[in-house]
Amino acid sequence: MTMFTILFWVMAVITVVPALYIAYSSNLVRSIFMFFITLFGLAGLYVYAMADFVAITQIVIYVGGILVLILFAFMLSGRETLEHLQQSPIKLFSLKKLPALLVSALFLIVLVNVILKANIDNQAWIARNVQTGNVIAATDITTDNIGINLMTRYLLPFEAVSILLLMALIGSAHLARKEQVQ
Amino acid sequence: MIGLTHFLLIGAVLFCTGLFMVVTKKNAIQILIGIELMLNAAILNMVAFGRFDKLNNSGQLIAIFSIVLAAATTAVALAIILNVYRRYKTIDPDKLNQLKD
Repeated sequence: MTMFTILFWVMAVITVVPALYIAYSSNLVRSIFMFFITLFGLAGLYVYAMADFVAITQIVIYVGGILVLILFAFMLSGRETLEHLQQSPIKLFSLKKLPALLVSALFLIVLVNVILKANIDNQAWIARNVQTGNVIAATDITTDNIGINLMTRYLLPFEAVSILLLMALIGSAHLARKEQVQ
Repeated sequence: MIGLTHFLLIGAVLFCTGLFMVVTKKNAIQILIGIELMLNAAILNMVAFGRFDKLNNSGQLIAIFSIVLAAATTAVALAIILNVYRRYKTIDPDKLNQLKD
């Protein structure tokens, strides 16, 4: 075990344990802040997958944007929801949640089986890319290449996303406005 | 170098946690957080595979597009949740059973 792998597993624990706590807890504020920790852990995992630009994007958009948005929505939806939530005691293994637990656990078993049996690290295309040097090393600078690809190969999705963002902006502003009194 | 399998296993755990939240939670905002967890699991897989495409950066660029789409989705979903709260005074999805009041 080198320092590299130890830190990877630390990051994995930082990602997974708060996620499980979010599923367990019924306190909304606590789950929002735990989600914050999960997102930071995921950004760390992206760095381990040699995607530093995506990691920074994750922090800027998710932590800086989406989480603040969720906090705003929580604060605007008032105190009643919070009180309503805290009445119900936390029970993970109650009878009501048993089917959901069963479904997600079985799906996890299926996924883990598929992943372990697929033997992904020895796929043909991955071996070919490693052989031809088409793999990102730890010392590479990837941001330049991402910018060039975004403006050439992925120009159409880029423009489509810009139009979609404008639509989402106008649509959410329209939905969230105060209704006129008739 | 970390193997792909480890990333995929972490993604699987995150996805199933999100699935559990979407099915059980009694609060629309927590359901939204569950959906975000599932999206993040998918993005983690994209990024993990993206390491093996240095020339086109396909995995990383799809991850960036997914993050942007998730942001747009969240904005619209939160606007809908606010509207629902204003009309019904609750955001428990079990109690929202009418289209018209």
